[in-house]
Amino acid sequence: MQNQTIARQVIESLPFSQALGMRLEEVGEGRAVLSMPWDARLVGDPHTGVIHGGAVSALMDTTAGTAVIARGDGTGTTATLDLRIDYMRPARSGQRLRCEAVCYHTTRTVAFIRATTQDEDAEAGPVATAVGAFTFERREEVS
Amino acid sequence: MSKPRPEPVQVIKERRDRALDALVRGVPYIAFLGIAFDRRGDELTAILPYRETHIGNPTLPALHGGATASFLEVTAIIGLGWSILWERIESGAVDPAAIGAGRIPALPKTIDFTTDFLRTGLPRDAYARALVNRSGRRYASVHVEAWQDNRARPFAQATGHFLMPADD
Repeated sequence: MQNQTIARQVIESLPFSQALGMRLEEVGEGRAVLSMPWDARLVGDPHTGVIHGGAVSALMDTTAGTAVIARGDGTGTTATLDLRIDYMRPARSGQRLRCEAVCYHTTRTVAFIRATTQDEDAEAGPVATAVGAFTFERREEVS
Repeated sequence: MSKPRPEPVQVIKERRDRALDALVRGVPYIAFLGIAFDRRGDELTAILPYRETHIGNPTLPALHGGATASFLEVTAIIGLGWSILWERIESGAVDPAAIGAGRIPALPKTIDFTTDFLRTGLPRDAYARALVNRSGRRYASVHVEAWQDNRARPFAQATGHFLMPADD
């Protein structure tokens, strides 16, 4: 519960996340949902108004990091080791993106995540999916 | 028959710079991050100038992983797009005079992109270069390395696959 509070407080205050307009929607045990509005400054393809892949990466990296921080058995700090993103289809111009990340396994030192990003057209399937590994520190239980 | 005199160096340079500028200026996200490109012949070096808005961890402080990943992906796309455009200009398939006048060359599309975070991104300028490992008719594979103070100590690297733009 404590780490979920940290996640809530920290994530929206990160300067880069703020610059991209990210918003924390939900946080749970090892799970997070963040959203990012469409913005003309984030466009990668001027012909279609599609958001740049790099901005989608930033949303997914942030959401995945939040899911790791929100693990109750960790110290609430993390850094990305690697992140692989697969782009299924272009995000629709003008629509808000919503990314859900789950930290599905941890070792004493590594957290593994999966993430999916959708736009407002959920029936069209995901815009992008990601898998990654993050640094993880298990919290020492004080008994 | 004497060979035609080569064009003045300034004319060639300006033409190439104009083509590169057209490629880069069309993408709003590149301007949003403040990324610039330094050209030496066909070789490009991307520069991400330090800005406070690129910070992810204010206590360290460190660059946001998303800013770093974005920088690498921009470098890969422009690096690949530029290598395609360069070949088309040199072979005469594209008239460089037509580029830039409201006509933006099509860029490759990312299929997948894997970023490897090697070290903490420090709060200072970063540089990156892309290497096109394979460029076919449909697909390309590109590797990117980014560094800050020391070229031999990259702080991030990435590999991605791209869909080539349609011929026009």
